[in-house]
Amino acid sequence: MYDSGKIIVGLIIFIALVTFPFYNNIGKVNAKPELKIDTPEIQKLPELERKCVEPKDFMRGGHMQLLNDWRDSVVRNGNRVYKNSANKDFNMSLQNECMRCHSNKKDFCDKCHNYMAVKPYCWDCHIAPKEKKP
Amino acid sequence: MSMNRREFIKLAGISTLVGVGGVSVFNKLQQNALEASEFTAGTEALNAKQWAMVIDMSKFKTPEDYKRCMDACHSTHNVPDFSNPKDEIKWIWPETFEHAFPGQEHKYMNEETKEKSFLLLCNHCANPACVRVCPTKATFKRKDGVVMQDMHRCIGCRFCMAACPFGARSFNYRSSRGKDANGQPLIKEENTAYPTRMIGVVEKCTFCTERLAVGKLPKCVEVSDEFSKGALVFGDLADANSEVRKIINTKYTIRRKPELGTEPSVFYVIGGNDYAIVPELL
Repeated sequence: MYDSGKIIVGLIIFIALVTFPFYNNIGKVNAKPELKIDTPEIQKLPELERKCVEPKDFMRGGHMQLLNDWRDSVVRNGNRVYKNSANKDFNMSLQNECMRCHSNKKDFCDKCHNYMAVKPYCWDCHIAPKEKKP
Repeated sequence: MSMNRREFIKLAGISTLVGVGGVSVFNKLQQNALEASEFTAGTEALNAKQWAMVIDMSKFKTPEDYKRCMDACHSTHNVPDFSNPKDEIKWIWPETFEHAFPGQEHKYMNEETKEKSFLLLCNHCANPACVRVCPTKATFKRKDGVVMQDMHRCIGCRFCMAACPFGARSFNYRSSRGKDANGQPLIKEENTAYPTRMIGVVEKCTFCTERLAVGKLPKCVEVSDEFSKGALVFGDLADANSEVRKIINTKYTIRRKPELGTEPSVFYVIGGNDYAIVPELL
């Protein structure tokens, strides 16, 4: 092999650069986002009603699918009432129903979305509730 | 590897079974994700086969009357005011007879009709041209006849604007969030219960589907009742006993550009009942 010295050194430098983010972060633990679900609106609710439309575990993993289904149902089929698995009715609306309780977009939506580096475009159109100063 | 016919057929049969079985198992699992949830229209929702509107022009007396309807609509739906006709977004707007009903005007027409403003909005056609051309089905016809716009799907191609013969559609050339040159917000009073639109989508009147869903009439109709009862009447065109049908049955109404075959659902009563009487004919 001609120029093997240059090539091998080059390769080593290349691999070192590419893998830099990995070994740089080895052993470091990024703080997981802690979502705030104690907005004043939620605190005001009676204890028994402090439940999201679906169980927490489902919402954590499936809220995007739920919101997608809600959107299709409302916009395309005109059906706006959602009966959840506990037989309770909800108005299917991100802006008027979800955010009515979760009035802290920054500490609820953004925190996790930023951590996961996802950028849903909900708020390009929908109006987020006014952030309250703690 | 060689394989005789018998082995091949066996293998094909087994893989078909696994494939079909796998899909159905997968579907079953997906269904179980959310049990017993369902979508309904709600008990208060107003229903119809084809929503329609009758606009009685004789009941609009002053420019103030039009303005009230327009302002109410535009503030309810967060329609921005760009104060520039090129960027204008309009859901409901005034127009002269000549422009609203082209071809119907003539030089002997009475001054009042000639100069009067007509209130125009999306016609929610029974056979809408905009829906036919939309490449993403972002605009579509609902079961109740409303020509609806799904902003999530709109790619901003503006085919619908080219197709609509009524100029009912507006394109968001600019973002409606923010302020104009004078530092005034583009949306004067934000209605936090209704979304705004992002740059690059087409919008228009929706016959207030969000209000129909909770048993309310469209905003312009509600407001018009305050200054003149019956100026705007809303109802089901397919129901022979509806108020709109009663008016259409008893009065002469015209529609915009009916010759194009889109079957508009907005009807206009032009002259009221004060026709000029020619004595010899009595």
